[in-house]
Amino acid sequence: MTAATTGTASRAAAGSGGTRPGGPHRTNWIPTIILLVGAVYCVLPVVWIVIASTKTNSELFSSAPFAPSFHGGFFSNLRALFAYDHGIFTRWAVNSVIYAVGGATLSTIVCGCAGYALGKYRFYGSVWLFRVIVAAVLLPQIMLAIPQFLLLAKLGMTNNYAAVILPQLVSPFAIYLCKVYAESSVSDQVLEAARVDGASEWRSFLSIGARLMTPALVTVFLLQFIGIWNNFLLPFVMLNRDNLFPLTEGLYGLLIITGGQAAQYTIVIVGVLVSIVPLAAVFLLLQRYWRVDLVSGGVKA
Amino acid sequence: MKVRRRRHTLLPQALLLPAVALFLLFTVAPGGYAIYLSFMKQKAGGGLFGTDNPTTVFAGLENYRAAFGDAEFWHSIGRMLLVAVVGVPATIILSTTFALCLDAKRARLVGFSRLAIFLPYAVPGVVATLLWGFMYLPATSPIGGNTVNYFGSHMVFFSVANVAVWGVLGFNMVVIYTSLRGLPRELFQAAELDGASELQIALRVKLPMLAPTLTLVTVFSLIGALQLFNEPTTLKPVTNAISSTWVPLMRVYTDAFVDNDIYRGAAASFLLIVLTVAATVAANTVLRLVARRSER
Repeated sequence: MTAATTGTASRAAAGSGGTRPGGPHRTNWIPTIILLVGAVYCVLPVVWIVIASTKTNSELFSSAPFAPSFHGGFFSNLRALFAYDHGIFTRWAVNSVIYAVGGATLSTIVCGCAGYALGKYRFYGSVWLFRVIVAAVLLPQIMLAIPQFLLLAKLGMTNNYAAVILPQLVSPFAIYLCKVYAESSVSDQVLEAARVDGASEWRSFLSIGARLMTPALVTVFLLQFIGIWNNFLLPFVMLNRDNLFPLTEGLYGLLIITGGQAAQYTIVIVGVLVSIVPLAAVFLLLQRYWRVDLVSGGVKA
Repeated sequence: MKVRRRRHTLLPQALLLPAVALFLLFTVAPGGYAIYLSFMKQKAGGGLFGTDNPTTVFAGLENYRAAFGDAEFWHSIGRMLLVAVVGVPATIILSTTFALCLDAKRARLVGFSRLAIFLPYAVPGVVATLLWGFMYLPATSPIGGNTVNYFGSHMVFFSVANVAVWGVLGFNMVVIYTSLRGLPRELFQAAELDGASELQIALRVKLPMLAPTLTLVTVFSLIGALQLFNEPTTLKPVTNAISSTWVPLMRVYTDAFVDNDIYRGAAASFLLIVLTVAATVAANTVLRLVARRSER
């Protein structure tokens, strides 16, 4: 659309000594090539892992890196992965889902409520509280993992699901995002109208506020889901029983065990593939629902 | 409409309660506990090895002195900074370039490239490192691991930074691209009518207007770099080039869990938090000054 409306303008520019030749339908090669190089760089390791997972162990070290194999290596690798240690890989996958879905859901509720309260109400201490929470964005959550472990260990609360989920529920950034979004999208007039109609504060929050905030809540959910799914350090310090591990921990453990013996690489490779595919699928499916402009919009405020 | 504009309600306090409670419990309390621990030490008890009933006593600044006086602690900070010096500018420059290319007129394959470059964000950091580990290992490397020593004493910094850049590039690109799309188009058309080339528009008109977003992205990348842990920890089993104290967080982990000296670990992690906050504030201030100057 832009190309059509500015076609004449670009021709005028070219006529007055501009460097770009051609009309509106000509491909602009330089950005296209730069983008393609970037795409290849980002996709290459993933393509390699897909191909490598089709190889048997001896083929992995002998055949050409980007030539797939069709000798049934893929299925025997898969079988070996799911049979490993009485199927603990499945357990890790289930754990990852529990941590990420449970954590992201609770976190969205906690941060959404807090953001709404800070965005739509002024009360004693609210401004001050918001400042403290925003300042906590500077505090790297991950660096707190070790003090969190020390404290929880003192209280005997490590080595369970809660030890991994609870510390990740409050995200200063998510609260900030929800507050800014509530301020701009939940209009006071609508809330006032609900009040005049006799709705309680609770009711107008649940049926108006929460509904209007849906785009922000979906974004927070996805950010938190990916954050928790990818977190390594927190489960790494909190858990020492491998039946509680999420996928990331499990795969790391597999690599350590197999680190010395190249004979086990194929299990790790196919494990990496299996752990990427579901998340990449969810991600590609949901990518039009989540609003990155909310993330970048925060800086304009 | 002045009739009871604000009814008395405890709803906001109730809504904030879970967040505040969790914040106190999992951010403030552990932080405070770490500070407390950093000033303590273990005093040997009775028995043959001094392990019976050990007591915790006040140590003053002993743990901090130990951390400051330890060359390996500074080396670990140095390695972290080296990775940051490679990784942060690479992330910013590449993601800005890709965002500008996505926004360029008549560029092709835009949808495909955007998705492809965004894809690594869906790959967990540890898994990304495993992937690149195989790319680096001579035995399996499809990118010439036999001729290039990816774990060489200088190369290893690039190898680690590469994994980190690969993982965050797409996210930053989309953030920058989104804010680019939000800029007023008329300005670019006006510049075009004035005879500015596509490249000139990108560099002289679009780039300065991205300053606030680039500030945010830089600060986030910097915080990410200071928290470097996953990549070197995951690469450690496959190479001798990475020690168990390679970067500060690995050092803290080793202190606290391998050497069982949680007091030194606490002192080091508190120092790191102070350094991170200082670096973030400094970066923010510098970038804001730069942005203000470029506006004039």
